[in-house]
Amino acid sequence: MAAETVAADAPTYAELLARIEALEAGQSPVKKKNKLTIIAWGGDLDRIWPTTILATTAAASGMESSVFFTFWGLFAIVKPGVRFTGDNWMQKMMSAMNPGSAQKAKLSRYHFAGAGPTMFKKLADDHQVAKPEELIATAQDLGVRLIPCQMTMDLLGLKHEDLLDGLEEPIGAATAIAEMRDAAVSLFI
Amino acid sequence: MSVVPSTATVTVDARGQSCPGPLVSLAKALRDAASGDLLELLATDPGSKSDVPSWAEISGNELVGSDEPTPGQYRYLIRKV
Repeated sequence: MAAETVAADAPTYAELLARIEALEAGQSPVKKKNKLTIIAWGGDLDRIWPTTILATTAAASGMESSVFFTFWGLFAIVKPGVRFTGDNWMQKMMSAMNPGSAQKAKLSRYHFAGAGPTMFKKLADDHQVAKPEELIATAQDLGVRLIPCQMTMDLLGLKHEDLLDGLEEPIGAATAIAEMRDAAVSLFI
Repeated sequence: MSVVPSTATVTVDARGQSCPGPLVSLAKALRDAASGDLLELLATDPGSKSDVPSWAEISGNELVGSDEPTPGQYRYLIRKV
């Protein structure tokens, strides 16, 4: 029979009981809410699509749901009619390379100069899968909070009026962390 | 799957819709329903077989029963909490 080995620094039974008691007393400083928070970093079609599907589904399931749009994710919530944004040539070039709105989002793979997204959306139509722009509207209807990042808006030269109507006021990293901190589920997409 | 009694007050026809369509349609219909109301959800999305029970668990609504009257046609009966 093999002898049971116990590590020298293993906690004693009494110590473990004390730890369980501490946990049961609810000493955790953060109370998690039935809530989903997504950091929407990517503006690619194959990122913004799952982002909007999950945020919408969480809200449809009665969860609190919020999406924090930062970096390339911001271009997905630019108003469809807005073409060039920014105040200087760098920001203008960036907007030329990243046409705004979810409708114009590119695929990260198999983009094929726009043929990829067209095929993807054809398949989505055939399977009655809602497109990201439709899911954004549904998300807003179901009470999902869509929050743009102030710093990246400034960096990319995006103004509040360039973005979709009905968004929350722009926030910073600390508020984004506060959003994630009390969410039972938080994702970076 | 258990047999669904036909006592629903509202029918949500989400046949043809893919994820998350059926659940979004259901959630929207639920907003107008009163507590205790029975809703019937019709779907063809095979994913609904796992998604509807998951949705019920997360949302706290009751999945009273479900069946597949014809192959590929799914029916769910949900009671609003």
